Amino acid sequence: MSNNLRFKTSKFIDETYRVSFKFNNKTYFGFKGDTLASALLANGIHLVGRSFKYHRPRGIMTSGSEEPNAIIQLHDNSSRTEPNVRATEVEIYEGLVASSQNCWPSVNFDVGGINNLLSPILPAGFYYKTFMWPASFWEKYEYFIRKSAGLGKSPKVADPDIYEHNYIHCDVLVIGAGISGIMAAKIAAKNGFKTLLVDEKSYLGGSSIYDNSEFSKINNQLTCSWLEKEINEISKLENLEIKIRTSVAAYHGYNFLLARESLTDHLPINQRDKKVRHRLLKIRAKKVITATGSIERPLIFDNNDRPGILLSSAIKKYIDLYGVACGENNILFTNNDTAYETAMSLIQRGIKINAIIDNREQVDSKICYEVEKNNIKIYKGFSVVDTYGYRRINKISIMKLSKDGQTVIGDKTKLNCDCLGLSGGWTPAVHLFTQSGGKLKFREEDQVFIPDVYPSDQISIGSCNGDFGLEEVIKNTLSSLKKFLNIDNSEYKTVEIISVLNQSKRNIWLLPSDKSIGKTKSFVDYQNDATSKDIKLALREGFRSIEHVKRYTTTGMGTDQGKLGNMHALGIISETAGTKMGEHGTTTFRPPYTPLTFGTIVGRNVGEFFDIFRRTPIHDWHVKNNAEFENVGQWKRAWYYPKENENMHQAVQRESKAARDSAGILDASTLGKIDIQGTDASEFLNRVYTNAWSKLAVGKCRYGLMLNEDGMVYDDGVTTRLGENHYIMTTTTGGAANVLGKLEDYLQTEWPELDVYLSSVTDHYATISVCGPNSKKIVSKVIPDLDFSDEMFPHMSFKNAKIGNIKCRVMRISFTGEQSYEINIQANFGKSVWERCMDAGKDFNITPYGTETMHLLRAEKGFIIVGQDTDATLTPIDLQMDWIVSKKKYDFIGKRSLYRSDTIREDRKQLVGLLTENPEEVLEEGAQIVSDVKKSPIEMLGHVTSSYYSPNLKKSIALGVLKSGKNMLGQKLIIPMENKNINVIVADPVFLDKEGKKLNAKL
Amino acid sequence: MFLINCPFCGEREQSEFKAGGEAHIVRPKQPTELSDDEWAEYLFMRKNIKGVQFERWNHIHGCRKWFNMVRDTSNDQIKAVYKMGEKPPVK
Ligand SMILES: [Zn+2]
Repeated sequence: MSNNLRFKTSKFIDETYRVSFKFNNKTYFGFKGDTLASALLANGIHLVGRSFKYHRPRGIMTSGSEEPNAIIQLHDNSSRTEPNVRATEVEIYEGLVASSQNCWPSVNFDVGGINNLLSPILPAGFYYKTFMWPASFWEKYEYFIRKSAGLGKSPKVADPDIYEHNYIHCDVLVIGAGISGIMAAKIAAKNGFKTLLVDEKSYLGGSSIYDNSEFSKINNQLTCSWLEKEINEISKLENLEIKIRTSVAAYHGYNFLLARESLTDHLPINQRDKKVRHRLLKIRAKKVITATGSIERPLIFDNNDRPGILLSSAIKKYIDLYGVACGENNILFTNNDTAYETAMSLIQRGIKINAIIDNREQVDSKICYEVEKNNIKIYKGFSVVDTYGYRRINKISIMKLSKDGQTVIGDKTKLNCDCLGLSGGWTPAVHLFTQSGGKLKFREEDQVFIPDVYPSDQISIGSCNGDFGLEEVIKNTLSSLKKFLNIDNSEYKTVEIISVLNQSKRNIWLLPSDKSIGKTKSFVDYQNDATSKDIKLALREGFRSIEHVKRYTTTGMGTDQGKLGNMHALGIISETAGTKMGEHGTTTFRPPYTPLTFGTIVGRNVGEFFDIFRRTPIHDWHVKNNAEFENVGQWKRAWYYPKENENMHQAVQRESKAARDSAGILDASTLGKIDIQGTDASEFLNRVYTNAWSKLAVGKCRYGLMLNEDGMVYDDGVTTRLGENHYIMTTTTGGAANVLGKLEDYLQTEWPELDVYLSSVTDHYATISVCGPNSKKIVSKVIPDLDFSDEMFPHMSFKNAKIGNIKCRVMRISFTGEQSYEINIQANFGKSVWERCMDAGKDFNITPYGTETMHLLRAEKGFIIVGQDTDATLTPIDLQMDWIVSKKKYDFIGKRSLYRSDTIREDRKQLVGLLTENPEEVLEEGAQIVSDVKKSPIEMLGHVTSSYYSPNLKKSIALGVLKSGKNMLGQKLIIPMENKNINVIVADPVFLDKEGKKLNAKL
Repeated sequence: MFLINCPFCGEREQSEFKAGGEAHIVRPKQPTELSDDEWAEYLFMRKNIKGVQFERWNHIHGCRKWFNMVRDTSNDQIKAVYKMGEKPPVK
């Protein structure tokens, strides 16, 4: 460790606690309290990465979440690896492993550095312009571009950490625990507001907590001492909850905010097991106080990106908070007083400052004289025009600025340094404010955007509101809080402030150079390697809106969203285009403020909790009997039951054959069931189904088709009349919730006069369907008391019955074309009744079948599946189901649409059957139907919707939709596939037992 | 995310609700009497205003009641909520 860079003066660093960590495979030491950045700097390391496009060496630039350069990969090749982490935010712990990203083979020698030499041919929009032509080549280019432009590596194995989501409700949320945030939290809590104070850092107090300057005092105490007492006091307040390491990611409307609380990232890996890593806080606050502070601006000049160039405020923080000197020969470059505070911090510890370069001609505040007194040369009215040194800055050259600041004049002077601090003034951190929908205004005097119109009950205080001086911050915080919280007592009776900083500033967005702009590299967005030259090029090419310039040059498009450079981009645009700041818009800051891991976003919803799934009451039986499952909506449905070495095809063929030859059994519990009661129930069904219901006798069942108001088929199912004013409707499995919603909608909004009550009973009943020529014998054994004779219990009727003491409903309805009985029983008896059926069916080879066989059996009969054979573009007429559309009924949902000019067209796509010329050839569902493959482009006439090999018909069958299909019966068409054309013949969609003899067949 | 004051339940999170398009479009009593154009007007034509808009909302994960909302789509301010069949309390 380079001892001369560490100063044993900081109370934030525990020097008794040494921490070892690895960076780029080398072991280093730091202390507890260090960030990775401060520990690296203490070891004399500035170069930590390569830039994105030109692969230029880059160093640590800042000391916080705004860091654009020091983006590293943590724990490479481990399950906990994480890319794009800011070294300035990582608190070091024993065993930390970090590495540079975006460089190969190493950060010191990088092959991509060739891009820097090629940079004259890599201007803004280069990729778009060069690689987009010819369009078909993009895929080839992309491979190489992606390979050379890496932004870290994603983990390859499951994340071992636990993440949580929490809801928080509070009266007042204070974001940012700097001096104004601390005061606000205290005032709010002491006035009875339930308050939450959050800060992204590991400590409270912001930059004031290490402000030990004699030049700014509160009540005659050092700012840091005064603030420490305040923090001590608020930590005891009952009404106040304080969360550190908590970064607000998003500020949505109605004061709904998302924040990430980091709980274990600062702990050694072996102490993280079974602990929650991050908590995503979903905060609903009545009032929000934003005190997010401000971010120092860099200055934009040629080669302003070398390692060793930092923000001046970062240099101050590294020495004051971490006791680390960033360099031994420092130069500060500024356009305002801030850099002089940094100078005083360095002077106090005897760290050498070679010079201060100040854009201003007049430098006259007390702190500047104080710095000058220490024999530090101040170059007033000068600007840095270039820097030197490849892996670390070693020299700068400076020139005098012209009066208007547009050019540099006189001789060039070279000055040695190993660290250059930049201060271009401050940018209020308005990111969260704008996310919430707030409107900004531009303040000319110091060229900042500040909050103007608040969209919700919120306020910005402190430097994020554009108050930069200590006196201003405290005074304005107190007065605006009184108003905002509507209180008299501010808790701060007398606050006396001494502050000697002067707010004068000479703002030049792009500093002039002695070279032509084409020969300079003045970086505006460090992370994305966007330079002032790129922005000017975009303007020359006609881009004006900041949103367009941003995308064309990629300025502000990095993981840091351009926290440092966006203002300069706006400034350069307005200067070049000769317009007012903000006239071309300000960039939109989008959530998250700092990146979130996917783990944080999904929380506990991983693995089996990723999505909800529903199981039928008979599910365990299916599992035990080797079923494969398919997802239908949220349901897990038995798909098929393979025996021994059967594949799916073999299992389905066996199941289908058994169902028609003897008996099959299906778990139909997932079908939607809606209980409908009320004196107007019949009238209601008349209005929602296409067919008539009034005359359906009690105890009878009827198939119904439901349309949308546009005439397209929406759902179908059998509805049974249980009593005079009582029906039970079944819906498709996937459509159940939507059908109920639609029916409720009509009842509540269009027909509130109807006396009808709906309730979903899908989960209340298990539904077991026994079908096949032997089905009657089987159900008779299960329910011996019920008369199953065709006379007493004909097709499409229903009976109440009992199995033991348990009431059940039995419907004789069929979706297979076979004789079929559906037993509906209270869900918790479902499994045992299923087992009884299996027992009773033993002698009849009763065969459980899944959804695949069900689909095959109904396809043989030409029964549609809504959502498979239909897609919301087919009317019942298109489906050749004219028979179910009542001509007599005055109205039903969708009726009027059935004779719109479009729905009566003859050449609409219509449902047909398809038979392959070769009966062994099974079509692919979704395949196109054409008549002529030689024509170009080939006209698509329709597509295959369902396709199976039928073991009962011993041939391939398919359903499809086909233009004018009704009139094409018997025609030969072609299904073109990747390597062959399949000939098909248009057929009747009913392939088996068109007369319906099987429904009443006796074995 | 909005906080919506359901007329039946009170203030709840937006995630409990479902938006249901423009409000105060009454289903014609005699659809069969309408021309294609008149029916299309009812069926397809919806306003999409930047500004104050009358909307239908459903408290789908709550009381499941439909109600109306007046919302300024430019800033998402909810001006009023009221029950189906009631007259809008604001213009
Ligand atoms: Zn409600």
